[in-house]
Amino acid sequence: MTPLADLPLWAALVVAALVLLGAGLCLIGSVGLIRLTTFYQRVHAPTLGTTLGAGSILLASMLCFSLLESRPVLHEILIAAFVTVTTPVTLMLLVRAALYRDRIGEGSGEAPPPRSSSERKR
Amino acid sequence: MSAVIVHGALIVAQIMLALAMGCTVYRMFKGPRAQDRVVALDALYVNAMLLLLTFGIRQGSNLYFEVALAIALLGFVGTVALAKFLMRGEVIE
Repeated sequence: MTPLADLPLWAALVVAALVLLGAGLCLIGSVGLIRLTTFYQRVHAPTLGTTLGAGSILLASMLCFSLLESRPVLHEILIAAFVTVTTPVTLMLLVRAALYRDRIGEGSGEAPPPRSSSERKR
Repeated sequence: MSAVIVHGALIVAQIMLALAMGCTVYRMFKGPRAQDRVVALDALYVNAMLLLLTFGIRQGSNLYFEVALAIALLGFVGTVALAKFLMRGEVIE
């Protein structure tokens, strides 16, 4: 309780708004993970939380710690850069694997057809 | 005053993140196919990382940041390994 009392009021409002925005985006993304129907739609939902949700919570953490320790605390940028770089990589790999599994035969008919001849060779 | 505002927002945010984790766990257990479960696991990692960051803001300690960084790294490696397994049937060829 004690360390947060040193924050100025505007910083408290900004931190609260950013944390609520990030958590809300994560919740929306995870609810979308339940409500969407096929895998290829579901793969888009959690990216809402991993980009803007993580970004705003990390920004709130940076602001809070920078003001509390009265020096710039920037190491949250590490997590932000890492999450931003790795999320598209993992999702591309997963969708590639799902496409491969759907086209190899055990598919449920929800895989999009091959788009070009170069893709069909794989 | 500011402590009250930030604490209230953090409690609400933690409840929301816990609900989000519950949604991903539901999809992970129910998911009709393996790739649904892997996507849900990836989202679960990210939500847990953000929950730890909110705990860190609340306690004012930097230890939670290190844990969140470790969770982000391990989540990426785990998801890539699982995607490779779904693709090839083995992780290390």
